[in-house]
Amino acid sequence: MLIVINGEARQVAADATLAAVLQEFGVPERGVAVALDGAVVPRVLWPDTGLRPDATIEVLTAVQGG
Amino acid sequence: MDDPLVIAGREFGSRLITGTGGATNLAVLERALIASGTELTTVAMRRADAGGGTGVLDLLRKLGIEALPNTAGCRTAAEAVLTAQLAREALETNWVKLEVVADEDTLLPDPVELLDAAEQLVDQGFVVLAYTNDDPVLALKLEEIGCAAVMPLGSPIGTGLGIRNPHNIEMIVSRASVPIVLDAGIGTASDAALAMELGCSAVLLATAVTRAQDPERMAAAMRAAVEGGRLAALAGRIPQRFWAQASSPGRPLE
Repeated sequence: MLIVINGEARQVAADATLAAVLQEFGVPERGVAVALDGAVVPRVLWPDTGLRPDATIEVLTAVQGG
Repeated sequence: MDDPLVIAGREFGSRLITGTGGATNLAVLERALIASGTELTTVAMRRADAGGGTGVLDLLRKLGIEALPNTAGCRTAAEAVLTAQLAREALETNWVKLEVVADEDTLLPDPVELLDAAEQLVDQGFVVLAYTNDDPVLALKLEEIGCAAVMPLGSPIGTGLGIRNPHNIEMIVSRASVPIVLDAGIGTASDAALAMELGCSAVLLATAVTRAQDPERMAAAMRAAVEGGRLAALAGRIPQRFWAQASSPGRPLE
């Protein structure tokens, strides 16, 4: 199925968890946070979180700014 | 003199809060941050590139400077609330500099969205430092709904136009019982000193330092200006007079 991660469409397995998709994306160990379909998902819940088709994932980190 | 800045019960030895945006590279930023003496510095939240690092956070950790995530770039309360929630998760802090701007040309805060977002975030247990217009009415409302600090602008972000309405800042300060932080518009050291003389508890600036020709030296200037302005505010200035008043007694030949 197709999902969107940080604005990029990706093909993932229908039973892929959020943790698996994020690992493939290359998410660092710390300093990031993830929203799935507009809601924050704490890191501890990533392995138990499934995805629906067309799910939208945002992976954010701190950058220079402000 | 022991005169800490206290926000939400937390003490800071420096009354200069900096931003990290605009520096050409991390080495320049590091020297500027050290010269500024700051203990609290803003960072923005953006999409992580695949495999990307978190250089600015590592730098702040190394320097022992607290990272204050902001919601820069947000245009609606909903965006700002989600961004704050993501920042809390990513940075493990419930402090947020709340910024909800109306449009790209002015970058002025949208008061309606700002107040809405502030209320939601306070309800969710955030320590909210709200970037706002220099509007004494809105500033008081932000305090009343529970913001830990209210941060009126001197002039629009990045303009370096200084404090365009000092009287508004004085009115905001005179009624506040939370720290008032002059945020945005600072161009040079005298602007920062003026903010403190007007009674602000702290100054938040970024561009004035990071885009100065010599960021490290300007950071040192801002540090001195904030300290000088604070001392002057506490010392109590003389009243302004229309006519001259001699400081020496009488005349020598009378």
